[in-house]
Amino acid sequence: MNQVSGTCPVCDAEVALSSDAHVSEVVSCSDCKSKLVVKSLVKGKAVLAKAPEVEEDWGE
Amino acid sequence: MLTLGILHTTIRADEKLIIEAAKKRGLKTRLVDIRTAIFNPATYKPDFDVALERCVSTVKGDYAIRFLESVGVPVINSSAVAAVCGDKFLTSLALQRADVPTPPFALVFGIDEARQAVRELGGFPAVIKPNLGSWGRLLAKTNDLDALEAIIEHKDVLGSPQQKAIYMQKYVEKPGRDIRVFVIGGEAICAVYRNSTHWITNTARGGHATNCPITPELRKIAKAASRAVGGGILAMDVFETSDGLTINEINHTMEFKNSEAPTGVSISGAMVDYCVGIFKKQ
Repeated sequence: MNQVSGTCPVCDAEVALSSDAHVSEVVSCSDCKSKLVVKSLVKGKAVLAKAPEVEEDWGE
Repeated sequence: MLTLGILHTTIRADEKLIIEAAKKRGLKTRLVDIRTAIFNPATYKPDFDVALERCVSTVKGDYAIRFLESVGVPVINSSAVAAVCGDKFLTSLALQRADVPTPPFALVFGIDEARQAVRELGGFPAVIKPNLGSWGRLLAKTNDLDALEAIIEHKDVLGSPQQKAIYMQKYVEKPGRDIRVFVIGGEAICAVYRNSTHWITNTARGGHATNCPITPELRKIAKAASRAVGGGILAMDVFETSDGLTINEINHTMEFKNSEAPTGVSISGAMVDYCVGIFKKQ
């Protein structure tokens, strides 16, 4: 299993992701609990950004 | 080899299960984040054969479906199904038109009409829901006139135009659970009970899923409801009442990640197989 990680843009903590992480996946920072979205994935390094807030038309 | 386009606005555990199921079947997948797409018919070149719409945003998903259909890509679910299932009032109308049991409902635009509608629905409690929306958000169980007036005033002052079309439904007493049945191509493939002590049983709101056997009655109502809204891949919320089963809502971009384990059914696999079948029928 390849280790995938990125830096939390809110608290700067290192965030470990699962090896099958995808771009556009929403993850949580283990330190500050912020919801983050994977913006890009290159060679096991993820760029993370704050996830968008839930909108009125979101759902299933 | 067939390529399955997965239209999305975020990748959830559900989409990962679909990707894995496609991989197991030797299919290629193309993840299409529609937020980065330019739907220009003069320039857009789809690089997939059939699309499964999995957008969290209903509005964006609807536009993506309509665009791709216009350039000849089959999309599951179709724009016709999404239009009906994306709106609770239209879903209720479709069910009622097809004589599928569903709780009594009404749509109003103001407080005077809401008071009258509650009387017509059999009195309080009455449930108010947004026509567009999911995950049990913004549902209101109004137990008396004071609550009804407060909810409607808030919608009127704070809500978007969509919130001012007030969908109302007779409150249905439930035995601490409802049923979520997964229906693909008209066939109920599996179901879970959503157990909760709260009147809102969505798993997104803490409801706990356990396996629910598919009875002949459940199979029959699921088939009829599927036909009523146009078929495809659907998740139906069903109430058990003293008069039998009744369909509460139908979801057209269903979440299912918590239901594969209790049912032992690969819902993601059945979804992928259905998409392949639709493509082959073209």
